[in-house]
Amino acid sequence: MAEKLKLELVSPERQLLSIEVDEVVAPGVEGDFGVLPGHTPFLTALRVGELVYKQNGVEDYVAIDRGFFEVVDDRVTVLAESAELGREIDLEEAIRRKLEAEKALEAARHEDEMKFRKVEAELRRELLRVSVAERYRK
Amino acid sequence: MAGMRDIKRKIKSVKNTQKITKAMKMVSAAKMRKAQDAMAAARPYAYNIRNVVNNIGARVSEEVHPFLQKKEEVNNIGLVVITSDRGLCGGFNANIIKKVLAFVRENPSKKIKFYFVGRKGYDFFRKREYEILKKYITFGGKVRYDDAIEIGKAVGDDFVNGVVDEVYTIYNEFKSVAYQVPKVEKLLPLSLEETESENTIDYLYEPSPESLIKEILPRYLNFSIFSAILESIAGEHGARMAAMDNATRNAGELIKKLEITYNKARQAAITKEILDIVNGAEALK
Repeated sequence: MAEKLKLELVSPERQLLSIEVDEVVAPGVEGDFGVLPGHTPFLTALRVGELVYKQNGVEDYVAIDRGFFEVVDDRVTVLAESAELGREIDLEEAIRRKLEAEKALEAARHEDEMKFRKVEAELRRELLRVSVAERYRK
Repeated sequence: MAGMRDIKRKIKSVKNTQKITKAMKMVSAAKMRKAQDAMAAARPYAYNIRNVVNNIGARVSEEVHPFLQKKEEVNNIGLVVITSDRGLCGGFNANIIKKVLAFVRENPSKKIKFYFVGRKGYDFFRKREYEILKKYITFGGKVRYDDAIEIGKAVGDDFVNGVVDEVYTIYNEFKSVAYQVPKVEKLLPLSLEETESENTIDYLYEPSPESLIKEILPRYLNFSIFSAILESIAGEHGARMAAMDNATRNAGELIKKLEITYNKARQAAITKEILDIVNGAEALK
């Protein structure tokens, strides 16, 4: 299979990836989906979730916090609100932040709903960071 | 002529000031480099989000999202004024304030409401009769994208709720290290570029383009604000670097002048002493 996808992952703060990959699996708002070379032009929104890309048989993971996903002519552009490469996440730190978020959620349970939802989203992001980081812990 | 001791003290004080300005220049240079890196890092995102917005924008009508709708009557203008938190950066903030005042003069029939990013602009306008909606002065020097989201949300909500009918931003555009230009940019309503028909790609949208544009337009607004703040910060450090470079040079000149005066005073004192001795010896004869 000679054809490759050009994957570009950018967040407002930096460009995280600009590489050639064989396959991308991304967390769309309407469900996860996979993209292979030769995909039809496609544009969708992403939810908080894990993006996986395969390069020469090796899988790598990225934690994505919402964003947009575009495929045109075998070019994949991911516009993430914020993103972190799995191998850059510190697992201990991620777990600590997750625990903090859990505590905050418990505290917010008794307050108004807006706050609760905000903290809940926060926790979801932290959970994701932990699960992505754990992939690299063999 | 001032006493030698006084001149010497003065030289010492100017030298101390020069040390400080030199250090500030160095610090600004380092910070500017960082700010420039942040600007460069944001560039790929800017390019891509603009593409996507224009692409979807080409296939939806203006009614889909309030950010796209022009108000029939514009009475209230929101103005996001981006300045620095700190001074000592030459005309950096003064230029912005001048531009704002000119903007106010140009729109006499409209009510202008302000959002301030950076302390210097806020300090200037709060003492005067202006309506201030929000101020953001906490992130001195370091912006995170979250800060831009907060501003974008406030501005967007006000626009949708009719508090303001149009939103502009005034900030220093980073042209080069020593050159910043105050720039007025329209934030809302968003105007999309007309894409030519051959460029529009037939995308498969998921969900529909209408709901996608609802998601992406607020982000586009946030990002526009974010990149304006990034430019402003890089400009601030550039301006401070130039100002401090000037100050260091001026201090150097001042020291040179003072040293000449000091040497003259010293010589005069010596001459006077010799004269005294000669005269005294003369009188003894």
